[in-house]
Amino acid sequence: MDPVVLFFILGVVARLAKSDLRLPEGLYETLSIYLLLAIGLKGGVELAKHPLATVAPQAIAIVAMGLLLPLLAYPVLKFWGRLSNFDAAAIAAHYGSVSVVTFAVGLAFVTKRGIPYEEYMPLFVALLEVPGIVVGILLARLHTLKSVRWGELAHEIMFGKSVVLLVGGLAIGWLAGPQGIDPMRGLFFDLFKGVLALFLLEMGLVAASRLGDLKRSGPFLIGFGLLIPIVFSFIGAGLGTLIGLSLGGTTLLAVLAASASYIAAPAAIRIAIPEANPSLSIGAALGITFPFNLTLGIPLYFEIAKMLHK
Amino acid sequence: MNTYPKQLLVIIGEAALEKFLVRDIKGFGAHGYTIADVRGGGEHGTRDAEWEGSRSIRMEVICEHAVAEKIVEHVIAHYAKNFSLSLYVSDVGVIRKDKY
Repeated sequence: MDPVVLFFILGVVARLAKSDLRLPEGLYETLSIYLLLAIGLKGGVELAKHPLATVAPQAIAIVAMGLLLPLLAYPVLKFWGRLSNFDAAAIAAHYGSVSVVTFAVGLAFVTKRGIPYEEYMPLFVALLEVPGIVVGILLARLHTLKSVRWGELAHEIMFGKSVVLLVGGLAIGWLAGPQGIDPMRGLFFDLFKGVLALFLLEMGLVAASRLGDLKRSGPFLIGFGLLIPIVFSFIGAGLGTLIGLSLGGTTLLAVLAASASYIAAPAAIRIAIPEANPSLSIGAALGITFPFNLTLGIPLYFEIAKMLHK
Repeated sequence: MNTYPKQLLVIIGEAALEKFLVRDIKGFGAHGYTIADVRGGGEHGTRDAEWEGSRSIRMEVICEHAVAEKIVEHVIAHYAKNFSLSLYVSDVGVIRKDKY
């Protein structure tokens, strides 16, 4: 197991043991800004090395996947889970969008094993953040489309901090190129794993405190939070193989498909679908799926990617 | 010291509401506001401010009675159903009466 995951487990244990460990309030924000920017920058630098003609068709296919995933999750939540229209749509949006930190742990996984991957993958992370959220909102508001304030909503989604930082990082990396970014290498690239470890310690504390929400919501959401990522990882791995990504890239796309958003989606959905109970979507995404993906999911998705690549 | 009677309206709620509350209170004619990050708990559970989804704010607005009334009515009608909220109003004495 990667040591960064052990930091996450330390956080979970500390919270479950009711330790008084509490990271300063501004730290979560600072670390998440750093991670988003660093991932964006790295992707941008690599993106500059690849012709648009290679990347664009892959990007289109990946956005299509982002639109499809919430459409698959929604009926499961609504009809099997018997959740309200709003709750089903909100949870579908979280699972349609992606988790940048799960992606970062996936990156650590493939890097540690020396598996090559398309280093411009952060572009796909940025692209996958938005479609799931938009489809989720459409599902919730299908009958009352006229009442949606689209301008306000578009602003909320497109200028949410995660999209701004990822896309901003990509653009800066792309414009500056490897030489331009080189003086910042120490901060943004060399320190990355240490910062990720600190962030995961904090996430362990947060995820463990979300477990209480799930006690109230029952076994369905726990099962959903464990099974849907596996199903979605097959879709991600299948698509990655189909569009010609390497084994590492396919694994990372499977990780992205399996992950659920807890930065961009909760902020946008709380405003766009206030009727939905946030403790259900966040409880499942953060309390179940995130820890599962970090510990068992990512190695499993690697095996799935290997299987499909043969 | 001369003081002039005004209302202090305090709204404690989810941080997600901040920009909407600011827009609303200005629309109803309040001249200013003060916001602080806070944490606490209630019937909606604990909001520990550990990450953005559990952040809460306390907004203080000093204004005329009629303005406070309009803001309270609006906030209750639009947000109370779906968001964790606490509201209270108290009488305060201000030093410069035209400021609020």
